[in-house]
Amino acid sequence: MTFWSDPDGFLANWLIHLLAGIGIPAGVAQAIGFALGAAILATGSLLFVLFLIWLERKMIGRVQDRLGPNRLGPWGIFQSVADMLKIFTKEYITPSGADKVPYNLSPILTVAAVLMVWAVVPLAITVYGVNLNVGLLYIIAVGSLGEMGILMAGWGSNNKYALLGAFRAAAQLISYEVPMVLSLLIPVMLSGSLSMTQIVVKQDIWYVLYTPLAALIFLITSIAEVGRAPFDLTEAESELVAGFNIEYSGLKFGMFFVADFLHSFTISLLVAVIFLGGWRGPGAETYPLLGFVYLVIKTSLVNSFIIIERASLPRFRIDQMMDFTWKVLTPVILILVVVTALLEKTLVMAGALAWVRTGIMFVVNIAILLIADTVVRRHLARRPRPDVRGKERPVARPENFFSQPGSGA
Amino acid sequence: MLSNWLYIGIFMVVSLFLPAAAIFIAGLLAPKKPNAIKNATYECGMETVGDSWIQFKAQYYVFALVFLVFDIETVFLFPWAVAYNQMTLFGVLEAIVFILILLGALIYAWRKGALEWH
Amino acid sequence: MTTLQIVFLIIAAITLVSACLVVMTRKIMHAALWLVLSLMGVAMVYATLQSGFYAVVQVLVYIGAISTLIIFAVMMTRNVMEDVGPQSNRGWGLALVGSLILFAGTSAILLTWDKAQTVLQEIPAVNGENIQMLGLALVDPMGFLIPFEVASVLLLAALVAAIFLTADIKRSRS
Repeated sequence: MTFWSDPDGFLANWLIHLLAGIGIPAGVAQAIGFALGAAILATGSLLFVLFLIWLERKMIGRVQDRLGPNRLGPWGIFQSVADMLKIFTKEYITPSGADKVPYNLSPILTVAAVLMVWAVVPLAITVYGVNLNVGLLYIIAVGSLGEMGILMAGWGSNNKYALLGAFRAAAQLISYEVPMVLSLLIPVMLSGSLSMTQIVVKQDIWYVLYTPLAALIFLITSIAEVGRAPFDLTEAESELVAGFNIEYSGLKFGMFFVADFLHSFTISLLVAVIFLGGWRGPGAETYPLLGFVYLVIKTSLVNSFIIIERASLPRFRIDQMMDFTWKVLTPVILILVVVTALLEKTLVMAGALAWVRTGIMFVVNIAILLIADTVVRRHLARRPRPDVRGKERPVARPENFFSQPGSGA
Repeated sequence: MLSNWLYIGIFMVVSLFLPAAAIFIAGLLAPKKPNAIKNATYECGMETVGDSWIQFKAQYYVFALVFLVFDIETVFLFPWAVAYNQMTLFGVLEAIVFILILLGALIYAWRKGALEWH
Repeated sequence: MTTLQIVFLIIAAITLVSACLVVMTRKIMHAALWLVLSLMGVAMVYATLQSGFYAVVQVLVYIGAISTLIIFAVMMTRNVMEDVGPQSNRGWGLALVGSLILFAGTSAILLTWDKAQTVLQEIPAVNGENIQMLGLALVDPMGFLIPFEVASVLLLAALVAAIFLTADIKRSRS
């Protein structure tokens, strides 16, 4: 075993030997190794957020024809470091009447829920936190802990807007979890395992080619789970001031911010691992670090898509958002699961090759997408548009600048 | 097997500890000058009226119930999906009946207007 | 005492203490949050028993769905703040005796039952996958096919009942 073929195992072995040298039993040494590995992985992903914040500000800046951060360091890359140092010295304001324990626990829980996903994601062929045989369900389960964090923030803040924001957020999270979980059924069916490591190993053909519709639905619902535009109703400034985190300040608010950016990168990572082949690529089996590079490239592509999409799309209204998940995504993914299960079984029984099956399933997926799109468009065209004009309002034009409604002027 | 869960346990402790430590350190660095106005509930400058813990409408509860039904459904479907490759066509058809019954449940909820956001 | 036993004792203590706090705390929202911690403890017990699937399902269903449902239900009530009445009624002594008898009886049965295990048993698995066996058993006519299909009908019935009840609320309000 050398460093280049198995960096993770090599370092772990080295550490256990080192600790055994100073008289620590193997079991304790393993626990220490686990703790160190977990600390490195978690700290690494937290520090990575600094880069992500810079990247997102820079990219959105370019979309909006601005420069973005450009003062500190080359291309302003140290801007987020300065921001972090500043937020560390900001005062915490705890609102009077706040429920102290849930209020303070909430930002910690929200970050932890995102970090814990990283424990089961394979970063290269031998580099992963743990190969859990229920990895995929674990990721969904951990997500529900984050939802508890949001509910605790809303409850603990003693603020009506925060409570309303938290409950809307929770309603959004649970509604989008249904199609998300169902869309994961198809990769599980194909790989025959819930383990993230196995899902990557079985992906000789990327699942995005086999089932593009499930990949699309997973991406959309994941963006909704993060609460990114166009699903950012939880932080609708115009309606809820800032949503569930309104009463937080200093680094406690910063933690929600960190959780948000890290979560958006984590879902890009999940899309890359589950649908884009993870670390798979030429030469990745022999050189795990090469596989890591492939994974980083794939994840960055998905993440860039999410950032550009955030800069491009307007926000949904809450009833539109609920309609979208319950009346479009959920029926479509249920039908897709049924069709995939039937067709795949029939094709395997007929002895079709993997590439043939992929081709047929790709066409079927696109067909279902087009049919669903047509049905939704027809339905929307038939529905009468609600008249939201209401009564006459003064319009800010130079000639009626001083006029009031009803004054007759 | 068990060492996997040990790792998850340690990871959980570490990932709770890191943000907690960061918030604690920032608390040491930050100034503490609370006053009554600063600590007041923030409502864009308006004074808060009544209790903050208001009563919510039943709509949220309906969505949570529908979600619960689908969540339990997926818990049944995941073991089925794992065993999919070992299964005969008969096994697949049984699961499809299962899914179609729940699709019926979704359509029922839809027709009864439980999925409308008021 | 092995490390596993110490871990189990810690988890059991967390579960039991938070379960007691669910019924003892005066704020109904706090009761809901303690319930979440208690359910988390049960999930950790499943994890120490190597039953990973049940551990994640416990978190997924009980914390993700049922606790959310309970919190939403709490927010529908009027008196979310605090309950000021007495927390026990006159029958509490009787209830204590009853629960002690139940506890003693259960312990006695478990201690004398020869199939009870105190050593962790490996769960049978086909090349490391015991979920696969569960999935096959669910659609096996000799296995759990009928319960599996009945479960979906049960879920349908639950949904119909829930929608009927909440529709009733709306009608009586308007």
